[in-house]
Amino acid sequence: MTIVQRRKIRGVMAMTLSALAALFGLFWLGFILGDVLVKGFSALNLDLFFNDPAPAGDEGGGLKNAFVGQLLITLFATLIGVPIGILGGTFLAEYGKGRTISRIIGVLADIMVSVPSIVIGTFVYALMVKPLGHFSGWAGAIALAIIMIPVVVRTTEDMLSMVPWSQREAAFALGAPYYKVITQVVYRGAASGILTGIILSIARVAGETAPLLFTSFNNAYYSVNMNEPVSSLTVTIFQYAMGPYDNWHAQAWAAAFVITVFVLALTIAGRLVIKWRYR
Amino acid sequence: MISKKNPIDMLFAGITAISSFMVIMLIVGILYVLVKESWPAIDRFGVWAFITSDDWNPVTESFGALTNIYGTFVTTLLSMAIAVPIAIGIAIFVTEIAPNFLKGPIGGAIELLAAIPSIIFGMWGLFTLSPIMSELIEPALKKMTEDIPVISKLFAGPPMGIDLLTSSIILSIMIIPFTASISRDSFKLTPAVVKESAYALGATKWEVIKHIIIPYAKLGVFGGVVLSLGRALGETMAVAFVLGNNHKITSSLLDAAATITVTLANEFAEADTDIYLASLFYLALILFAMSFITLAVAKFFLLKAERKYSR
Repeated sequence: MTIVQRRKIRGVMAMTLSALAALFGLFWLGFILGDVLVKGFSALNLDLFFNDPAPAGDEGGGLKNAFVGQLLITLFATLIGVPIGILGGTFLAEYGKGRTISRIIGVLADIMVSVPSIVIGTFVYALMVKPLGHFSGWAGAIALAIIMIPVVVRTTEDMLSMVPWSQREAAFALGAPYYKVITQVVYRGAASGILTGIILSIARVAGETAPLLFTSFNNAYYSVNMNEPVSSLTVTIFQYAMGPYDNWHAQAWAAAFVITVFVLALTIAGRLVIKWRYR
Repeated sequence: MISKKNPIDMLFAGITAISSFMVIMLIVGILYVLVKESWPAIDRFGVWAFITSDDWNPVTESFGALTNIYGTFVTTLLSMAIAVPIAIGIAIFVTEIAPNFLKGPIGGAIELLAAIPSIIFGMWGLFTLSPIMSELIEPALKKMTEDIPVISKLFAGPPMGIDLLTSSIILSIMIIPFTASISRDSFKLTPAVVKESAYALGATKWEVIKHIIIPYAKLGVFGGVVLSLGRALGETMAVAFVLGNNHKITSSLLDAAATITVTLANEFAEADTDIYLASLFYLALILFAMSFITLAVAKFFLLKAERKYSR
């Protein structure tokens, strides 16, 4: 066997191995997604959205409390986290551009994005649940907002930086103060990018479970009072999947289906906007 | 650029500055609150003694972190050992081997899979993977290794499917897309001219990958691997379903165990004494410190890689 042949064989073997690795990885990932979609879809029904949970062990019932609770928590988290994130990102890209402190904040925000979300849960528990003596929807919303802030800060900074300086200079030349330049020129130029950042950050927190376990906790009854424990889809999935009843398991699959489709739809939407606008 | 004469501009600049300082305040705040809340436990059990004690007994109020740290390390390292080669294989496949019409869709699919919430992985692990493990894979592994002296210890005990091995596999499936997408981005940055020069010298595709692309991208890939490690350390829901929350140090991968995150998820809301809660906060503090350091190291390498590529 010549050296060239040996090199070729080695090349083919390595290529095959890497293709197999790819196939293996994609197989498991496809397996999970397919399983959730098939089992979840077959467990879906209208009662799930419009009924309250049946007593433990009984057939029927729905997860109206969890759907509404999830929406409330995510909505308030967005209302708290997004403005802070956008303003923070504005500082990094505009007033604080090029300063050391901005670079430090940028790096810290990147680290914050990957800090274990359950640690955020313990932090909010110490701040809001322990002093008040009870779990609350607000605590859950704030825990999710804390997770959103660094995500939105970073995407906003990136998107604002893409707006060309000549546009700002044109506005300055007309005598506009910087805040007007930012709010009326830069924000407009970066609007779709910022929106994408918001969408992706909502997708990021909508599937979070760990930070809600001991902040918003869970509630077996329908409640829209954010001062009380509020049920969420993800915590309900955890409770129902670990529970002993087949009925619960089916509802957990259905809830998993809804949350997966929701998160993936948001992610795809966000990526499509980026593709359509920036490539 | 701020005009000092315009009060609204000063106000707006102040508001944005405060908002961005929120990031620093949050990190300092988390550290402060965790230290403060865990102080009774730090005071009572010390630092080294807490980390090296394998006691976890709410009844006698004696707590140590070793079982949790052990579980965290075993699941993280095992999952990285499975995930990293596969993720790099995927990255090589997507950047170099796949035909052009497949590159986009496979890359996109992998990024999409990174967006699936971790609780979905955990639940799938409990209902689908765990039975497969206990009925097929674990008995097969036991049979294969029963005559090998040391390795058979790794697979001792009944195959229940709720154990370190199943948890690590789920964790690895979960971090594959993450590692793969960062590795892919690094591979893509290799300049075409350098690759073409190697091809012109007669190198095979594999030789180009091995001698040109991987050395060129290694800083970025390494940063990506460490970043995934940081993620895996703190992952909660993907393992909470199938680890069993068992506070024991076991030599067998087929035993239930506990990680820091799983202990927090299962016991935090139920802690009934102050010292119990303080010990759980102490665990959270250790986890925060571990993942913060890991992520900072990852960020250091990624920044270094970025600087290298932008030259």
